[in-house]
Amino acid sequence: MKRKLALFSVIVLVFGILAACNNSSSEGTTNSNSNGETIDLTWYYPVNVGGAVTEVIDKYAEDFNKEGIEVNGKKVTVTPVYSGNYDETMTKVQTAIKNGKAPDLSVQLSVDLFQIKNSIVPLDDFIKNDPEAQEMVNDFFPGFMENAQTEGKTWSIPFQRSTVILYYNKDMFKEAGLDPETTPTTWEEVIEYGKKLTKDGQWGIELPATVSGYWIYQALYLQNSENNMMSEDGKEVYLNTNEAKEALQYWVDLINEHKVMPEGVLDWSTVPTDFIEGKTAMMLTTTGNLTNVKNNANFDFGVAFLPGNKRVATPTGGGNFYIFKDTSEERQQASFEFIKWITDPTRAAEWSINTGYIATRQSSYETEVLQEYVQSFPQAKVAMEQLEYANKEISVYEQGKIQKIIHDALQAAINGADVSETLDKAQADAEAILKAYQ
Amino acid sequence: MGRSKVIKVNLMAWIFLLPSLIFLIMFTLYPVISTLISSFYKSDLSTIEPLFVGFDNYQSMMEDEVFRKAFINNIWFAIGTVPTSVLIGLLLAILVNRTFIGKSLSRVFFFYPVVIPMVAASFIWLFFYTPDYGMVNSILKLFGFGELNFLGNSDTALLSIIIMVVWKEAGFFMIFYLAALQNIPKDLLEAARIDGASKWRQFRSIVFPLLMPTTLFSAIIATTNAFKTVDQLVVMTQGGPNNASNLLLYYIYENTFRFMDYGKAATVTVIVLIIMVLIAAIQFFATDKKIHYS
Repeated sequence: MKRKLALFSVIVLVFGILAACNNSSSEGTTNSNSNGETIDLTWYYPVNVGGAVTEVIDKYAEDFNKEGIEVNGKKVTVTPVYSGNYDETMTKVQTAIKNGKAPDLSVQLSVDLFQIKNSIVPLDDFIKNDPEAQEMVNDFFPGFMENAQTEGKTWSIPFQRSTVILYYNKDMFKEAGLDPETTPTTWEEVIEYGKKLTKDGQWGIELPATVSGYWIYQALYLQNSENNMMSEDGKEVYLNTNEAKEALQYWVDLINEHKVMPEGVLDWSTVPTDFIEGKTAMMLTTTGNLTNVKNNANFDFGVAFLPGNKRVATPTGGGNFYIFKDTSEERQQASFEFIKWITDPTRAAEWSINTGYIATRQSSYETEVLQEYVQSFPQAKVAMEQLEYANKEISVYEQGKIQKIIHDALQAAINGADVSETLDKAQADAEAILKAYQ
Repeated sequence: MGRSKVIKVNLMAWIFLLPSLIFLIMFTLYPVISTLISSFYKSDLSTIEPLFVGFDNYQSMMEDEVFRKAFINNIWFAIGTVPTSVLIGLLLAILVNRTFIGKSLSRVFFFYPVVIPMVAASFIWLFFYTPDYGMVNSILKLFGFGELNFLGNSDTALLSIIIMVVWKEAGFFMIFYLAALQNIPKDLLEAARIDGASKWRQFRSIVFPLLMPTTLFSAIIATTNAFKTVDQLVVMTQGGPNNASNLLLYYIYENTFRFMDYGKAATVTVIVLIIMVLIAAIQFFATDKKIHYS
């Protein structure tokens, strides 16, 4: 009897496990429109900056669900799903696509376009027949639309966008006898300022070379060259031009020759901490750090345009909305309606205040909330003004591999490798990878 | 035993094994076979539909500089972490196996790195290693040494990760050694003492051989961990500078999720799998005869 009981319980256990596995795999997607009345969208979103961003997102979703926007007579609701940082979001989306369970929409890096182009829909059809949408597209800062468009089509909508910007410690400027309202505007001035600001336990400037270090390097590249480092169609890169070599040499010289920057590769996440801790007088990093620095720095700090060389320039950065193609047209339309709703000028303004990202729409800066905020915190406006000089961030096929090649070259040069040889090799490696697309 | 009885006993055994068997097939056997199959296909962003290419992936792996570097790094990493963390684990265990004031406290102290999640520990060490205000540099400065950007320098990045991992793992092995030490029969040591064996002799001839099963276990765990290292790299170096701290599993992760080169990732996975099986086999067969299971 006992034995039978044991046998029975084992069988129950096994089938229980199997049943549980089965259940969990069939519940992946949210298709709750069985009664034909609601469309519930799944939205993957990343958080790449500090702060209580998740709460803000949840509040948006709640507001949107109350709003009662309809598509084909069905009420649209949205469920936001926090999906880690940008890399993790990419991982989750890829896994979901592979398993045929793509979300309806996601926020991912604007430069991920070529990585996921096969899985998303171009948005032109939604925009074409919708005057409201046309107005929206025209209202975004043109610099932010550049990475969203290729082959004459629009593939994504700007959401949380940034540029590289110069942060500086006004107290240290005063201490070094520099005017705290003027910042270096040329590469030479950076060296000059840097030398005055560097002393024991304090560096003149820091440029990070991991995570998004390629992006900081691109800023120098653009300042030194009229052309960008890749072709419009994302099939070619130009990593070993003379301008490119000069830009990288300048970075290395800041460390070795002028000694205004610490030796070795500086980590993306420790550079803002260095700045907040007063270990560096200046740093180049994303505008997305603005709220973080504002909340944590206990000194007077300013932000300013990047110093230029042949010209003033910065790449744009940050995340856009993508709509996935493996769903019904109705769901895609519903997703687009949600994007229109959340990128409305007032909401874009609030999003900027809460995160430090640049408000994506020009008319946001005419809204009352943002005008008030800018008055009390003028630093928030600098990044927007710098957009005039913004260029497309590097976005190519095999984005991940190409980024790694640039990082490897950058880090090798910082560690003493010959700049010219390193970039020649990087170019050869990149060409070998991109050959498949030509 | 009658025939029906044998069947009945076997059936019972199978039924009891079934749950683990299902998990083993689902989470070990199936992935291994499917990885092996994928390693013969080209499947990346330029090849959406997997294309059969035979051994091409393996061949290109041999020419892949980054793979070679990650492979060599991983061997150095294993050499750097396995003997040291096991040995330190043993020393710590001997240290806290005696009775002294604060015994429990020091046990907790040595064990606590194991309890901290790897990602949290990595963030702590990221700041330990930071130039200027990082703890390691502060100590170095105290003794008059210059500053070093540990993680940002090709020469020190891997070593810095090794040190952090030894710190993290030694306490783990200490616990196993501690248990093993306390299981050593006291009469054996007593007899040796009466015979006039020195402390060292006692350790060499009695304690150490009796600890061999634990040593084998720890060595296998430490070796597999050395090939399973990924979290620290994501947080601390991203394999940099210029792949100086890139290890095989991180390389697999990069290829899968950042480059979406599934064929290559599968190929590296198969290679890692073969290495692991070989190491485990060597450790088992080479040490089997020297081990006394009491």
